[in-house]
Amino acid sequence: MNNADPSAVEWDVIREDFPILRQEVRGHPLIYLDSAASSQKPRCVIEALRHYYEYDNANVHRGLHELSSRATDAYEGAREKVARYIGAASAEEIVFTRGTTESINLVANAWGGKFLKAGDVVLLTEMEHHSNIVPWQLLAERTGIKVRYLPVREEGTLELAELDKWLTPEVKIFAFTHISNSLGTINPVQELCRAARKVGAISLVDAAQSAGHLPINVQEIGCDFLAFSGHKMCAPTGIGALYGRRELLTAMPPWHGGGEMISSVTFEGATFKDAPHKFEAGTPNIAGAIGLGAAIDYIEKIGRAEIFAHDEALVAYAIKRMAELPGIRIFGPSGKRGGLVSFMMDSAHPHDVTTFADRYGLALRGGHHCNQPLMRKFRLPGTTRASFYFYNNRAEVDRMIEILKEVQRFFA
Amino acid sequence: MNSDLEDLYQQVILDHSKRPRNFGEIPVGAVHVHGDNPSCGDEIHLHVKFAADGAVEDIKFTGQGCAISQASASLMTMKIKGKPRVEAEELAHAFQTLITTDATDSPRALGDLRLMNGVRKFPQRVKCAMLAWRAFEQALAQTPESEAEVSTEPK
Ligand SMILES: Cc1ncc(COP(=O)(O)O)c(C=O)c1O
Repeated sequence: MNNADPSAVEWDVIREDFPILRQEVRGHPLIYLDSAASSQKPRCVIEALRHYYEYDNANVHRGLHELSSRATDAYEGAREKVARYIGAASAEEIVFTRGTTESINLVANAWGGKFLKAGDVVLLTEMEHHSNIVPWQLLAERTGIKVRYLPVREEGTLELAELDKWLTPEVKIFAFTHISNSLGTINPVQELCRAARKVGAISLVDAAQSAGHLPINVQEIGCDFLAFSGHKMCAPTGIGALYGRRELLTAMPPWHGGGEMISSVTFEGATFKDAPHKFEAGTPNIAGAIGLGAAIDYIEKIGRAEIFAHDEALVAYAIKRMAELPGIRIFGPSGKRGGLVSFMMDSAHPHDVTTFADRYGLALRGGHHCNQPLMRKFRLPGTTRASFYFYNNRAEVDRMIEILKEVQRFFA
Repeated sequence: MNSDLEDLYQQVILDHSKRPRNFGEIPVGAVHVHGDNPSCGDEIHLHVKFAADGAVEDIKFTGQGCAISQASASLMTMKIKGKPRVEAEELAHAFQTLITTDATDSPRALGDLRLMNGVRKFPQRVKCAMLAWRAFEQALAQTPESEAEVSTEPK
């Protein structure tokens, strides 16, 4: 990862792969700085969807006809790609889901529902997205488990010095984000998984913000589960994956019932297929999975280490330029961070900043970023966030700075 | 400069957001409503003291949030303070019509509140402008000196 050379990549040529970026919004060139919410899609992904629907569309695992076998091959081929992309031991360890949220709900329901009992503790962190909080709270209401949170320090990093204190023997699962979507913090996932294992807890990594941004290998990380969304990494919406260590997936019961997931059904009961199919009831998002496969091919051609180096350089440049502005507070760690920056301006509320920027074609995100508990802890009404991906460039950062200056003049 | 933005953030509105009028609390004898806008975190605490005949004898607020939500609250308190109940109700209704429809003939009685109609071009910001008014409508429905919560999100 460290010897990536982003200067060898022709980023402005790559940008041309994204038709959507060529437009004007409200009479200004679109500057899309909201990729942490959802990334844009390259033409090859859009083309893969079109090709599937124009030539291969059929249901999977059912028909004995040509189209069905093509669709099945493409769908299962995408599963192989996901497995290779994150370093899973086999494609059987990959469950297709609608995205990170559904992946975490699957673990909370199927694994948590079976293996957790009243008094057990689920350890999260204070920087989790609502999607890694609410499923556990729902489970707690049903089963009497406890949910606890590893604190976040003022500077935006986890309170690692207290890790041993929080990882008590009652902790059965430690679930945490790889990269914080509001602070940009990159957590030491390998270390966190190791610490969990030491107390006999399993680990779940929320890779929503990292899967498309840096190289990931689940075996090196040592996690038991890893969840991510396709739409944040150039793939369509409505598709994502859950990686689960084979042993765990095998021990878990299904969570949705229906077609595709059974081996046989009688009026009295059913037997189920093996993982991953027992977790994929009903006709899946076939086109989405194929689109995710195409996105993976595309990202790998550019190189994740190169993408990370690009984003890191761009966010560093943005922070340096923002620091030139008076009355601006920048959140998150001062060291290494993912390609996003959250900030507050003294002169204007985050929503006014975002509304203002939008009228100049600049897409920022304003609000709590699905991190309400964290915002409350820091006594923030929310922040404005600029998030970057490999199709963004310095000229766009410069334009953002001009617009932020304009905000300051206007609301002064 | 973008004219929609100038319509939304008129000088009067910016002025009220920075120097809100009737900002504070009424510690005794008032209805207290906490209003919030969960999707963006705007909130206000509205205190309304009704006279025996139902008129708005005094009204104050505290809160935090975007320029629109705070200016709207400030302008509202100025407009309805001292008004008979029926008139205050009519104003609430007229304000909602003003910012959620295309009607061109807004009642003169709204006065400065008419400046808020720039919000129409920003549908995502309508609930910011409505927050204080939702709280006031709730206050009208309360018994004396009671407390209530309102939210701009459907429950
Ligand atoms: C850190 C993190 N976790 C989880 C999610 C939820 O992802 P999705 O809405 O795609 O399920 C997001 C996306 O907003 C995120 O940033």
